[in-house]
Amino acid sequence: MLDPAGEATRAAAGRLGLAGLSRLRIGKAIDLELEADDRESAERTLADLCDRLLANPVTETWTCELEEAP
Amino acid sequence: MTVGIVVFPGSNCDRDMAWAVQGCLGLPTRFLWHGDTELNGVSAVVLPGGFSYGDYLRCGALARFAPLLREVEAFARGGGPVLGVCNGFQVLTEMGLLPGALTRNRDLHFLCEPCDLDVEPGPCRLLAGYGSREQVQFPIAHGEGCWQCDDGTFAALEQTGQLVLRYRSNPNGSRGAVAGVCNATGNVLGLMPHPERACDPLLGGADGRRLLQALVG
Repeated sequence: MLDPAGEATRAAAGRLGLAGLSRLRIGKAIDLELEADDRESAERTLADLCDRLLANPVTETWTCELEEAP
Repeated sequence: MTVGIVVFPGSNCDRDMAWAVQGCLGLPTRFLWHGDTELNGVSAVVLPGGFSYGDYLRCGALARFAPLLREVEAFARGGGPVLGVCNGFQVLTEMGLLPGALTRNRDLHFLCEPCDLDVEPGPCRLLAGYGSREQVQFPIAHGEGCWQCDDGTFAALEQTGQLVLRYRSNPNGSRGAVAGVCNATGNVLGLMPHPERACDPLLGGADGRRLLQALVG
């Protein structure tokens, strides 16, 4: 998938004189807080949220990391 | 026969559209607020250009959840004519009424210029007034108009003739130089170029008139 912003940034890194960078893609990170009864239901809600709102499956993939609040 | 123009917070081509549809073509228009829940009997719906919801998250991603768009979706699925221009096209892809997605222009620039397009009307009712391979000129004005989709989708859309508008000089890097796509039943059309800015010869051309006229059949 074409990622022109990532490609332009990769080229800029080359102009810094830092060699070896063959690929750079730009995405986004979304930080959220969620209340759920247990880990499994939190994962289900997150997956639903990512599939139907936070990511567009045509152009984006997603992964999530879940941390329990103290 | 009234053309409904949906207004989101951040729409900025809604009045241009009304100027073209009502002012140039003499068709009655009505603005429809995104928060309403009724289409008020309009016979066609236009999603105009602009920056609905500030383009937050992704262009068109939040507009999809506006209460009125539930009605627009039902209207479209029932065969009603729906046109999405620029941001409106982005909204239609986010709604799943049109295939693919619109992403940053290949060269990252906001492009604002007249554009030569090839029309291949195929099943598209809104383009029925144009000849096969007719060349028209509409202006473009967008930063995220690079249309993309996967290989299988692209092949299927070519087969069904839904890739109805193509740039002659692909300014934004769209797959297959695609500028506009219609749905399989031909009643929903989305395009990045602005036909409403090509409805008066004083502004450089009137190629867009037949498209907007087709909103009312």
